[in-house]
Amino acid sequence: PVLLLEPVPQNPGPQNEYDLLVIGGGSGGLACAKEAAQFGRKVAVLDYVEPSPQGTKWGLGGTCVNVGCIPKKLMHQAALLGSALKDAQHYGWNIAQPVHHTWSLMAQAVQNYVKSLNWGHRVQLQDKKVKYFNMKGSFSDPYTIRGLTKAGKEVSCCVISAILPVCSQIAGALEYGITSDDLFWLKKSPGKTLVVGASYVSLECAGFLTGIGLDTTVMMRSIPLRGFDQQMASLVTEHMESYGTKFLKRCFPTKVEKLESNRLQVTWKNTDLGTEETDSFDTVMWAVGRAPDTEALNLEAVGVKTNSETGKIVVDASEATSVPHIYAIGDITEGRPELTPTAIAAGKLLAQRLFGQSSELMDYDNVPTTVFTPLEYGCVGLSEEMAVRCYGSDNIEVYHAYYKPLEFTVAERDATQCYMKVVCLREREQRILGLHFIGPNAGEVIQGFALGIKCGATYPQLMKTIGIHPTCAEEITKLHITKRSGLDATVTGC
Amino acid sequence: SFYYKKKDWISTVVMLGHMTDYVIEAAKYEKKVMVLDFVTPTPLGNSWGLGGTCVNVGCIPKKLMHQAALLGQALEDSRKFGWQFTEEVKHNWMTMTESVQNYIGSLNWGYRVALREKKVTYENAYGEFVGPHTVKATNKRGVEKLYTAERFLIATGERPRYLGIPGDKEYCISSDDLFSLPYCPGKTLVVGASYVALECAGFLAGLGLDVTVMVRSILLRGFDQDIANKIGEYMEGHGINFIREFVPIKVEQIEEGTPGRLKVIAKSTKGNQIIEGEYNTVLLAIGRDSCTRKIGLDKVGVQINEKTGKIPVNDEEQTNVPYIYAVGDILQDKLELTPVAIQAGRLLVQRLYAGATSKCDYVNVPTTVFTPLEYGACGYSEETAVEKFGEENIEVYHSHFWPLEWTVPSRDNNKCYAKIICNIQDNERVIGFHVLGPNAGEVTQGFAAAIKCGMTKEQLDSTIGIHPVCAEVCV
Repeated sequence: PVLLLEPVPQNPGPQNEYDLLVIGGGSGGLACAKEAAQFGRKVAVLDYVEPSPQGTKWGLGGTCVNVGCIPKKLMHQAALLGSALKDAQHYGWNIAQPVHHTWSLMAQAVQNYVKSLNWGHRVQLQDKKVKYFNMKGSFSDPYTIRGLTKAGKEVSCCVISAILPVCSQIAGALEYGITSDDLFWLKKSPGKTLVVGASYVSLECAGFLTGIGLDTTVMMRSIPLRGFDQQMASLVTEHMESYGTKFLKRCFPTKVEKLESNRLQVTWKNTDLGTEETDSFDTVMWAVGRAPDTEALNLEAVGVKTNSETGKIVVDASEATSVPHIYAIGDITEGRPELTPTAIAAGKLLAQRLFGQSSELMDYDNVPTTVFTPLEYGCVGLSEEMAVRCYGSDNIEVYHAYYKPLEFTVAERDATQCYMKVVCLREREQRILGLHFIGPNAGEVIQGFALGIKCGATYPQLMKTIGIHPTCAEEITKLHITKRSGLDATVTGC
Repeated sequence: SFYYKKKDWISTVVMLGHMTDYVIEAAKYEKKVMVLDFVTPTPLGNSWGLGGTCVNVGCIPKKLMHQAALLGQALEDSRKFGWQFTEEVKHNWMTMTESVQNYIGSLNWGYRVALREKKVTYENAYGEFVGPHTVKATNKRGVEKLYTAERFLIATGERPRYLGIPGDKEYCISSDDLFSLPYCPGKTLVVGASYVALECAGFLAGLGLDVTVMVRSILLRGFDQDIANKIGEYMEGHGINFIREFVPIKVEQIEEGTPGRLKVIAKSTKGNQIIEGEYNTVLLAIGRDSCTRKIGLDKVGVQINEKTGKIPVNDEEQTNVPYIYAVGDILQDKLELTPVAIQAGRLLVQRLYAGATSKCDYVNVPTTVFTPLEYGACGYSEETAVEKFGEENIEVYHSHFWPLEWTVPSRDNNKCYAKIICNIQDNERVIGFHVLGPNAGEVTQGFAAAIKCGMTKEQLDSTIGIHPVCAEVCV
């Protein structure tokens, strides 16, 4: 990476003092910067995108906007619309076959929208009088970010740089494979794709690739969606299998080679059968995790502590690092959820504590999230296994139900994996510990309930809430069969 | 109708529907239960099976046809997302209606099986009181039977109102006819401004039909008017014609057919202006009347509101006659919603036979209007909040939003909207929640649960959003 060693072109000289320097112009960084500017502070944001190994680059806005949530949800929507086209025929729409999907049309539309967001963010920073530098920030000393002139002693520094996709270390992985950083910016269809990994990134991408008609395979070393409720994770992958995604379970790749046809030959080991197998693909995408690029920040030089295993920055409840004036928020921090909304909230609260009169700390408990696989999975609170671990299986009650969305009936769609469960404490009040929902619009369903859980919702309160009919979400207010009872949990009737 | 069994429960039901749930509840406690359900055919001769309004001519077919319309929009969006298919896509009414009716048929069947399994006696007969603890049941063929029982439950529901003008019953249809109409309705005039009117107008237009809505005064009376107007604006922006401040005074048939051609003559509510229009179908959606006038309530002394026909009950769903109860749309001052009726019925049975004490909580009941732009609400409208608490004591937080899925197809920027009404004097407790946007029902349900937990604005602010979804705009 090239670093600017001369002073900033516009305003050279020692007058260039900032109250807050933000390294990383993503969800957390921009939120913090804009909030600090509201208090009349001098703020600067440094944002720089190191091109991916395949050469992909993008603008201001961070992972979420460019290579995460936004393009992901749009491509997921494209896939959902493919299903809608099939449903529409049952509902009376006469669509002449064949129907096909053109990658470049979708990609261009998505990329154009992302670019409009890049532009929007630049305008917003300008409006809020936040200085923006498209340059890579690294510490040359505790108060200086290389590339900018020395700032005064009161400067706070907020580090929110990204975590980046990890690439496999096997032969051919880096040269021939792509990651999610590249997928959303491909100009041509990825074709027959192998997605390696069991993360939500892997499953979401494999999901929408299948949905737009591509031959897609997921290779998983062990369990899907580690850290999520495993019963729900299984239902998600089961649905994907019936949806058409192929799975190579308990397999790991050993090498990637390029064929004369330009296709990629992947060799892998099947740990269950002990065999070695091989197949060819047009694209191999690595989705085996994300890690921070803290080396580039030169944190060691200024004494910011990182976790030796993960490389992530260690912070306390107020987002402070081991160096008093240096803070960190977002994906790069150890032990925090890797989600845009938490980064944004943490960023705003940090600015309010530093420059406003607030002392409010970020609450990382009961953060809801959604996995946008073809059949979506939304959840908030504890997984069932975590609840059992914390409280003991005798002290928790799980109410569950299999249901069928009304819209699936006429469309003749399989609802086998449409399922929900609420995990509660068994004692008198029956406080809700976790809520899990698989079905269409899972994010929309879970959001309000997450709010209820923040208010300490109990199972009786849930039961007192009248349902909205006909929706999927209403089934949550009707959950009454416990796992303990062993009774059939299928919802009948309309 | 309703019915009863010797010495035990009588459940009264026409429009059984989800009522089966609580009837089954009663049967659980080994009470002898009987259900009388009978559908008086519509003026055009339409009838349907067991299940009530919701299943047959309400929520279910409505949502399915709304879905058909949404899918039409999805087809258009999909092109922008890279899907390619022929330019012209037409909708076939019969294909849709057949699928919907088949599904309803399966529900009718399912209820009959459920009743049988729980040993609840079901008779397809019209029930009416003839004396204390006694009901007469008359079936289609006119055969009469008498039954006695310890208790009775009236859940007879409502039917669409007619205008009382020349040609209304002969030529107009209602929602009771629409969902099983054996031909495409064509160019349609919807009379009314209820959610029934707007939901039907909405999906008919979404299926490609030429739709006009004739409104006497305001839209969605009783709902937040700010939102009601936004709904109307959206519908107008999407090609639905509105004729405001007119009422039909005569409907004439120009030509017979399926559909035929009708002439509608309407008069202004503000003066003497008369207008005429030609339509294939006229759908009346001006309100619904309770089925309480012809079931012999006078014979047993059950009081009803003479003007509205609704039955006043106490907070335990009991009428003024101790052994006669009532639930559902026929109740005075209660919401006309399926889930409310089910909840009330279920809790009633549990109180009577299982020693429970819980009463149905009618406060903060959420609802959703499935217009093309859906509207979910829970709690006070802005105007009722102002009325009850005073403008200076409430704070309204609001925001427009653009669903991510609408960006790529460049659709309807700045039409979706959310607002939260808080009571400043009570710790900024959230007393009203309103959202206008896709999947409004799914979004609103969880917020209703949170309102039930007494959520405040602070708790709302501290809840993290799920990204990227529409609902996150509310936190």
